[in-house]
Amino acid sequence: MKLRTVTFSPAISILAVVMAFSLFISSCKTAGGPAGNDIPVGEFASLTGGTATFGQSVHNGDVLAVEEINGAGGVLGKQLRLVTEDDQSKTEDAVASVQKLVNSDRVIAVLGEVASSRSMAGAPICQQAHVPMITPASTNEDVTKKGDYIFRICFIDPFQGQTMARFALNSLGKKRAAILTDVKQDYSVGLDEAFKNTFTFNGGVIVSEQSYSTGDKDFHAPLTSIKGANPEVIFVPGYYTEVSLIVRQARELGIDCPILGGDGWDSPELTKGAEKEFNNTFFSNHFATEDPDTTVQSFIKKYQDKYHAVPDAMAALGYDATRILADAIKRAGSTDSVALKNAIAGTKDFPGVTGRITIDKFRNASKPITIIKVVDGKFHFAQRIGPNGEALTPFQP
Amino acid sequence: MQFLQQLINGVSLGAIYALIALGYTMIYGVLRFINFAHGDVFMVGSYVGYFAATSWVAHFFPVGSLPSTILVFLISMALCAALGATIEFLAYRPLRSRPKLTVLITAIGVSLFLEYTGQLVFSANPRGFPAIISNRPIIHTASITIDTVELVVISLSLVLMLLLRLIVMRTKIGTAMRAVSFNQQAASLMGINISKVITFTFIIGSALAGAGGVLYGTEYPSIEPLMGILPGLKAFVAAVLGGIGNIPGAALGGLIIGLVETFVSGTAASTYRDAIAFAILIAILVFRPSGLLGKREIEKV
Repeated sequence: MKLRTVTFSPAISILAVVMAFSLFISSCKTAGGPAGNDIPVGEFASLTGGTATFGQSVHNGDVLAVEEINGAGGVLGKQLRLVTEDDQSKTEDAVASVQKLVNSDRVIAVLGEVASSRSMAGAPICQQAHVPMITPASTNEDVTKKGDYIFRICFIDPFQGQTMARFALNSLGKKRAAILTDVKQDYSVGLDEAFKNTFTFNGGVIVSEQSYSTGDKDFHAPLTSIKGANPEVIFVPGYYTEVSLIVRQARELGIDCPILGGDGWDSPELTKGAEKEFNNTFFSNHFATEDPDTTVQSFIKKYQDKYHAVPDAMAALGYDATRILADAIKRAGSTDSVALKNAIAGTKDFPGVTGRITIDKFRNASKPITIIKVVDGKFHFAQRIGPNGEALTPFQP
Repeated sequence: MQFLQQLINGVSLGAIYALIALGYTMIYGVLRFINFAHGDVFMVGSYVGYFAATSWVAHFFPVGSLPSTILVFLISMALCAALGATIEFLAYRPLRSRPKLTVLITAIGVSLFLEYTGQLVFSANPRGFPAIISNRPIIHTASITIDTVELVVISLSLVLMLLLRLIVMRTKIGTAMRAVSFNQQAASLMGINISKVITFTFIIGSALAGAGGVLYGTEYPSIEPLMGILPGLKAFVAAVLGGIGNIPGAALGGLIIGLVETFVSGTAASTYRDAIAFAILIAILVFRPSGLLGKREIEKV
């Protein structure tokens, strides 16, 4: 038997060297963390799709904050670099976006999402990779229960639902309510439950409960049922794309009682083409542009200078979330994940545009709520309610 | 009378499903395959209507005026007809002698192509459809409201369906269509130009989808590139329910699906709306496998 000599062709050996080298590079990346001159911060947002204005506003707020921080010398002597992923308002794409940010872009923290369902889809990935995640605007209670790396800088749904129930009873003096819920959104279901409990506990009656699914266009059927039950007020805790059609169709059917909602209504798209129909509607929100507070007014001015548009609450929350993250990195003195997580958890009385922000032991923010009244398509300040349900200002009808 | 109001809601939704279902059923009738891209032609119809109303026609007539509305419908129907004929020419004609399954898969491909090209060209952002029909209540009592949009949706659908019936039953090309659907080979031996008939079928079916798209946008003024998927599916179900290949059947099926959906949505079981609609489909097909008005066909082996 003759022994065959084995020879490597040059092509194969080059390939082997390249492979070994790439392995070396990727292992370096895993061990070293962010080695460059900048600090990569991930952001996943719905820049397109059904809740596009949420993502775009948050993104604008994030970018404004990052530019401001970098302009003032950055943090720890390095510049922040925002890595943005668009999830197209889809839960599946949110998972893919966060996986890319965490595994391939190696970001030190993740900002996002607005929709609770999508934040909850991304949170387990951040938790597992020990990358702190701050959601600017996801209000569903369960979001921060995903783990000790998940934070939020906004109030939670029970508070929002309770506040709107008390508002309907006390400020508007209505006793018979109907509810129209988006069963596909954790956010909407959470608000629905809180509203229902507080409203009935305080002597109100729920006369009709109807539901729809995200993406529906025809609401005539549930609205006709609601009309038949003859409510004095309707609570619609949905997102603006559907709410815009719901309010329009409700008015078409001759329902003219007040309609209430949550912060999912906050979008410049909400009243487009239906300015008249939106009269006599109210929703809870994170801030009002009419707030005379200097922090708020200077933010509005900076935002207008850059984008030539009035910021909505989502933009303000994005701005706050980014600044809280930068503040935490400074206090932690490094981008090490444990130190950063502890620093975010230690945020106390941070002077945000959306109020003073303190992160509690459940990694939620306790802060006041603002109720907005819609008049001819414009959002006006109606009332401010404190974190314990106390009215901070009288209701301005 | 809540029942009466729900009935009107259901009929106006069903009328749009019926318009789309007609396209499915006609194409099935002559070609024996399901054109899955039909729902997306409907989406394109909405977008054409959007652009026609907000920019093309808006240069000459104000949005909401009668000539503007008529032009918007005509432009949308014409462009959709052209799109349908193009799809048939480029995607389906080269495969005509191939197995039906190949054409079916191609149809799914065309559907995805239209959806994602739509996202690329129009962006995934929903747009508000312009009010091309000024919405005023016609009947307005405490219990019942009928407005102009609903009336136009229902009556225009009816007119288009009657027009279609006239074309199919009374014209030469309609007779040819029926001949082709009976037996393609025999029809071609009788001197009927099969390709011409098929192209004509796509033109008519797609024009109806275009009109459906504009009506849908008017009634539910928020349009996006993936809006055709669900109504397309429902209309397909409607076509099967009524007996695929049967034109009055498609209209009846659309009406039934619209009514069932509306009545279920108005109750506590609204979450199961689609499940119940599809359960009814299954139940009907168990007892009448060829649909409500469909004729039993014996497959020749």
